Amino acid sequence: MSPVVPAHAPDAAGRLARLADVTASDSALRRFLHGLPGVDAVGLEARAAGLGTRSIKTTAKAYAIDLAISMIDLTTLEGADTPGKVRALCAKGVRPDPTDRTAPQVAAICVYPDMVAVAKDALGASGIHVASVATAFPAGRAALSVKLADTAEAVAAGADEIDMVIDRGAFLSGRYMEVFETIRAVKLACARPGGTSRAAGSGGGTAAHLKVIFENGELSTYDNIRRCSWLAMLAGADFIKTSTGKVAVNATPPNTLLMLEAVRDFRDAVGVQVGVKPAGGIRTTKDAVKYLVMVNETLGDDWLSPDWFRFGASSLLNDLLMQRQKLSTGRYSGPDYVTVD
Amino acid sequence: MTSTHQKFAYAPAPESRAIVDLAPSYGLFIDGEFTEAADGTVFKTVSPSTEEVLAEVARAGEADVDRAVKAAGRAFTKWSALPGAERGKYLFRIARILQERSRELAVLESLDNGKPIRETRDFDLPTVAAHFFYYAGWADKLDYAGYGPNPRPLGVAGQIIPWNFPLLMLAWKIAPALATGNTVVLKPAETTPLSALFFADVCRQAGLPRGVVNILTGYGDAGAALVAHEGVAKVAFTGSTAVGKAIARTVAGTRKKVTLELGGKAANIVFDDAPIDQAVEGIVNGIFFNQGHVCCAGSRLLVQESVQDEVLDALKRRMSTLRVGDPLDKNTDIGAINSPEQLARITALAEAGEAEGAERWAPACELPESGYWFAPTLFTGVTQAHRIAREEIFGPVLSVLTFRTPAEAVEKANNTPYGLSAGIWTEKGSRILSVASKLRAGVVWANTFNKFDPTSPFGGYKESGHGREGGRHGLEGYLSEAAGPTSAHDGHLQALPGGEREGERDR
Repeated sequence: MSPVVPAHAPDAAGRLARLADVTASDSALRRFLHGLPGVDAVGLEARAAGLGTRSIKTTAKAYAIDLAISMIDLTTLEGADTPGKVRALCAKGVRPDPTDRTAPQVAAICVYPDMVAVAKDALGASGIHVASVATAFPAGRAALSVKLADTAEAVAAGADEIDMVIDRGAFLSGRYMEVFETIRAVKLACARPGGTSRAAGSGGGTAAHLKVIFENGELSTYDNIRRCSWLAMLAGADFIKTSTGKVAVNATPPNTLLMLEAVRDFRDAVGVQVGVKPAGGIRTTKDAVKYLVMVNETLGDDWLSPDWFRFGASSLLNDLLMQRQKLSTGRYSGPDYVTVD
Repeated sequence: MTSTHQKFAYAPAPESRAIVDLAPSYGLFIDGEFTEAADGTVFKTVSPSTEEVLAEVARAGEADVDRAVKAAGRAFTKWSALPGAERGKYLFRIARILQERSRELAVLESLDNGKPIRETRDFDLPTVAAHFFYYAGWADKLDYAGYGPNPRPLGVAGQIIPWNFPLLMLAWKIAPALATGNTVVLKPAETTPLSALFFADVCRQAGLPRGVVNILTGYGDAGAALVAHEGVAKVAFTGSTAVGKAIARTVAGTRKKVTLELGGKAANIVFDDAPIDQAVEGIVNGIFFNQGHVCCAGSRLLVQESVQDEVLDALKRRMSTLRVGDPLDKNTDIGAINSPEQLARITALAEAGEAEGAERWAPACELPESGYWFAPTLFTGVTQAHRIAREEIFGPVLSVLTFRTPAEAVEKANNTPYGLSAGIWTEKGSRILSVASKLRAGVVWANTFNKFDPTSPFGGYKESGHGREGGRHGLEGYLSEAAGPTSAHDGHLQALPGGEREGERDR
């Protein structure tokens, strides 16, 4: 495993080695995950709701809007995706607001593996990453060999980031080690000679960044989400991601808050910083700002960058752009003043 | 990535104070009219966050107390004779007006008290309205409240409330009193008189008959005169234990009914299997809610030694995110201390904590230059022998003690002259039940803290007072069980020759 090791934690390797004990056997892993502090649902939801009442105005709002735009994984994950659709999305990612060149570009374009090459080509030297949902997205119900092939293909086509889904069935039936080993295997499949990676401090980039998708709506309990967070981080996830966007319950403020607390505790324990990506259902500026407030007050400045926090979204960008226009002109425009791609 | 890496600093988000139309001076509210004090004296009420004078308020004296009690006495005859459903209508109307005017009242309360607008807006006002709605529902159902058929009101209730939740304490007192058919003379605290005067206006707006609610702004002397007045049938007091004891002495031997809701020094017990993140939220809410000006505040944190470091690290990290400052800013978590006197008391007790060897910690936070402020403060290494573990501080100061076993936790939690509230944090349901049953406290919260609901009775053990407010139990303090039909029937039976009872004769 080649985790992201921030400069402030030189002893991370040692601490990780000690933690290796907990992944030595199925029962050790189970004991560890079930020994994590419980989650009180009422308290967690109350805290998330409380953070949602922060009033972000004027300069703080302008800052938050630009930050949110720069954190977007602009996404198209439809069966009907075509190269034309993907190229249009890439163009939008590079220049979100044709009328205002100060609008920042997005962090990444997120597509299915077969569209990676198209996106890579369309983005050129923009610096925007290509993220790809590999590993039999969104169900994750395929043989390990299929998942690894899916991943390898996306990486070979130039994907900078791999968004993998876990096998929720395996997790829910308690086969934690199976999930752990799958993540490890996919992480190895992310390795690529001479590729680019944003992995801070990893020096040179030899692997696509791995985001592990839990599908929180199917994990169902908050205790499961915390256990899954630790499981994924122990297995080497660079990011943990709430959901695929394909089920009824996707990212919510409470389940994202819980994952933020998990990455904070993981860094405290191990010295390794992991990113968080809520995905699905975040459509408005107001919602996005609430998530940024949550990051700000739970993790602080260290995570307030596209390197460590992302929004998985397709329609959020336009609302951010309309709010951005409102702040600069003093007037609301309308949906025809932002592009539809 | 944004071009320059700044910090995500929240811009000020002030609530407009223009929504409150403050007059330069206010009178006493007696018999449906605003009137000057008999001797014409006034006092000023200031905003604790700026020391700005908000208004001049009439200072009630003995003659004013007499006028108000007599007005309430006259109103009692008609008010108590109304059918319960009619009284309920007035209460529902008041509740709805409070909701309609909630933004105005939230700003006013924040100005006069110094507490943050997010608390007055999100907690105080909704809970105030909820109390009136709740007791409005009881007004026509008193026969089924468990205090006998057709229980009767007592008469004039003399009510004295503190400055920490001015409007909420008013609601706790006035709503059950009116629902049960009593009339009211209420004295708000001298530092927070304004919301009660605005409530007088709400009563007028609701068309409440004159004299049913009377508001006397003033100092402790007016309170003492009210307690001692022979026209008062019931005394209800919320405030300090010292004043509560004085009231108990005054009414001892009279026929007056009394409820006292006094101080507290609540234990908030965190076991090693607690949900840590939520426990930390609960600890913060337990002691820093309303600047710690809460009689049931969780001011003694009892944390199991095995998780002490983990909990304290998390707590300090969380305390560092608390935002202290302008109460009218919607992003403020902790507002101003209510008065210079209270600030002096908090300061003195915190200094005593240091002098007695406890370790003091507070997050780096800039306090405003004018007004009365105290940073959220944590004391570790506290023992039962420290003053800060025994005396109520009534400010944002948390004392942390440790324990090793559940039995030790219970013993330490109960080792206090008070007994108002307590908290238990554990993921183990059976432990919640076993510990809660051993704690001598009126309210025990499990995996939460400082939650209030009008349907739930509230009150204390030992020096935390007696009687209960809220819920069905809150009606008891305003009702007499010496009911008409039942006693008349009993009298008839006793009058039968030979003590025989009807229906037993032929058995």
